[in-house]
Amino acid sequence: MKASRRAICVGVLVACALHAGTVAAQQVAMASGGWPRFLGPNGDGAAPAAAMPAELTEASRAWSVTLPGRGLSGVLVASGRLVVTCSSGPDQSRLHVVCLDPADGRTLWHRQFRATGRTMCHDKTSVAAATPCSDGTRIYAAFSSNDVVCLDIDGNLLWLRGITADYANVSNSLGMASSPVATQGTLVLQVENDSESYALGLDGSTGANRWKIDRPKAANWTSPSLLRPDLVALQSKNGIDAVRVADGSVAWSYGDGASTIPSSCLHAGVLCVPSHGITALALDAADAAVQPKQLWRSSRLSPGTSSPIAVGDRVLAISKGDVLTAGSLATGERLWQLRVEGPFTATPVADGRHVACVNEKGLVQVVDFTGDEGKLVSSLDLGDEILASPALADGALYLRSNTTLYKLGR
Amino acid sequence: MTTIAPRPLRDLAMLVVLVTAVVAEPAVQAADATSLAEPLAAIRGVGREGGGNAAAAAAWRAIVAGDAGRIPAVLAAMDGANPLAANWLSAAVDALATGHGPVPVDGLRDFLADTRHDPHARRLAYELIRDHDPAAARVLMAGMLDDPAGELRRDAVQREIDAAAGMKKEGRGDEAIAGYRKALAAARDVDQIKAVDAALKGLGQSVDLPRQFGFLMHWQVIGPFDNAEGRGFDAVYPPEQAIDLAAQVAGRDGPVSWKPLATTDAYGMVDLNPSYPGPEGGLKEVVAYAFTAYDAAEGRDAELRLGCKNAWKLWHNGRLLFGRDEYHRGMKIDQYRLPIRLERGRNTILVKLCQDAQKQDWTKEWQFQLRVCDATGTAILATDRPPSPVAPPTEKKP
Repeated sequence: MKASRRAICVGVLVACALHAGTVAAQQVAMASGGWPRFLGPNGDGAAPAAAMPAELTEASRAWSVTLPGRGLSGVLVASGRLVVTCSSGPDQSRLHVVCLDPADGRTLWHRQFRATGRTMCHDKTSVAAATPCSDGTRIYAAFSSNDVVCLDIDGNLLWLRGITADYANVSNSLGMASSPVATQGTLVLQVENDSESYALGLDGSTGANRWKIDRPKAANWTSPSLLRPDLVALQSKNGIDAVRVADGSVAWSYGDGASTIPSSCLHAGVLCVPSHGITALALDAADAAVQPKQLWRSSRLSPGTSSPIAVGDRVLAISKGDVLTAGSLATGERLWQLRVEGPFTATPVADGRHVACVNEKGLVQVVDFTGDEGKLVSSLDLGDEILASPALADGALYLRSNTTLYKLGR
Repeated sequence: MTTIAPRPLRDLAMLVVLVTAVVAEPAVQAADATSLAEPLAAIRGVGREGGGNAAAAAAWRAIVAGDAGRIPAVLAAMDGANPLAANWLSAAVDALATGHGPVPVDGLRDFLADTRHDPHARRLAYELIRDHDPAAARVLMAGMLDDPAGELRRDAVQREIDAAAGMKKEGRGDEAIAGYRKALAAARDVDQIKAVDAALKGLGQSVDLPRQFGFLMHWQVIGPFDNAEGRGFDAVYPPEQAIDLAAQVAGRDGPVSWKPLATTDAYGMVDLNPSYPGPEGGLKEVVAYAFTAYDAAEGRDAELRLGCKNAWKLWHNGRLLFGRDEYHRGMKIDQYRLPIRLERGRNTILVKLCQDAQKQDWTKEWQFQLRVCDATGTAILATDRPPSPVAPPTEKKP
């Protein structure tokens, strides 16, 4: 009887969550098509209608172009253009924002800046670590030096900030990497570190502070998740704080700890938090600002460096041991495991059927995730170190290394 | 540590003069200088926390509405601009350089030749020349071995290094050594100095690296003081109140006093662990101080450049320059650059070095490296600098 009641409760919770997710997905999708931020248009790592180039061969290489500097920031696809950030120079103090034509990789414009904050970072990462984002009209690019620039799609500079110039101890000697999100005219930026640790809400039109809140004093490379247009989840070693975009106030907190490397993803009203493996929080169907309920927790879905993603009724994660695992988004049950060739830093991306996992050696592995077992469909070796998460848009995968931007697909 | 001081509109008159001086075509000189002065001043007015951004955006649009002939004037406006304003101007140069008519290579050449201009602006000028007239750029680069702009100098140094490597490969050892020495004299970047040092070692030569960089090698140290739960970072221990090298004060484990520490590390690493040995590789949750005096030949602007992976504070002549409460995230030479004004004669430098409670192998280090140099990285040596300490030769086991 108890079990039955529990099952009903779980069912109701899942139904509510999935309903809420539908609403949330509609609300949160910021741009039609494209890949407007880290983890894609809906913050779940998937673009179901984007038509992944699943059967990869050498002929899948549409073009590749040399970039002006290194980076592990993902490619932004917005307003029919690509935007990539890079850093160059012996101390990576030259910052680049490059806009390219997705048809042929031609550079449309290129803007350069000098780092105003410290550029020291671990050899593996770079000053161009955060994936830029767009709200459909503006492009926002953040760097490990805590320089933030805002441009329009034609490359006109709208504003810039030097966060370390403003707050001198905002930095991390291993490098910063949190990717911002833009919503409701506000850019939400986590600049969390061991010393002066903040989250900022910047006015999207001027860059001025709308709010600045103290955050846990600890290095943190995770990125905000947009729960709905006016609510953002900030992850830290402490857990999750849901923060109101309007004023930075905290709506609710989950305090059972979370990773400081892989970020949470949101799908169908369920926030999958890298916490004790993955802990799924079901957002309240009526009001995401209400304390969510824990839907499930699974240590068998534990992500390594890359973030978990979710698509359809599944959550996908790549473990430290290079095992791609699929779980049920509703229950957390592990559905299958598939060993893929690693190691991985990049977060995988998915359409409605396939997930592309690119390892650090540049081997792109496409897996059909929809069956009872994961099935490797194709692979393509780019022969280049790739740490950046790919972007998926309009039938193409965009991948970048420290030297090159690749387009695979049509 | 970065100065972001807004430049008010009173710069306007100065900018008109400045811009007039570098706009290439006399016929348009006066009119364009006037139209540019106001937007350039607006951009130079940006400040902290986004201040001035709205006006700067409008000004930026006005500037890039013109043609590429404006580039030298925009570059000139970077002289004395704060780093944020310089970034606005740099992006304007990028915009003007593409699709805005011919880039004024002659005007850029004149701009580049004037070494009083902002180093970064001159570098941008050089890159535009290189993009549009590579042969001219090669000729210009040949004369930049001692250029005050670090990035220009770097390329010229690399030419010398590459040339010396070619000589070495051809067996022209003496010429290679001379080439490497010439490159070393001009080199300011750590990676290039290390590369030259390695090459010279391969040719049987030695380099006094501490002197090359200006690392401070001789210190007095005192500790340990308590840093339980990281509270020592904010605690004020006696060395922060007064420096008395003969004093004995209360430390964490009893009375402590100053003692000398001279490092023999080629890169000036001052390791406190041998002075204060502890279990399992080193003490934890402790603070120590390192003090040195430095005799300067003249009063001048300079930088203290610190590398450190422990939490630290740094004082120059009793004035706190900066402190950072971060542990074991990494260190490198010149990790932190602290501008100072060296006083003629005796200057004092005090470093506070905190060690945390972490137990992993990679958290054992309790060390720093510090040098005195100018803004280009050129060592400024104390008048009373002793010879660089040399490590005793390692005994070979039978």
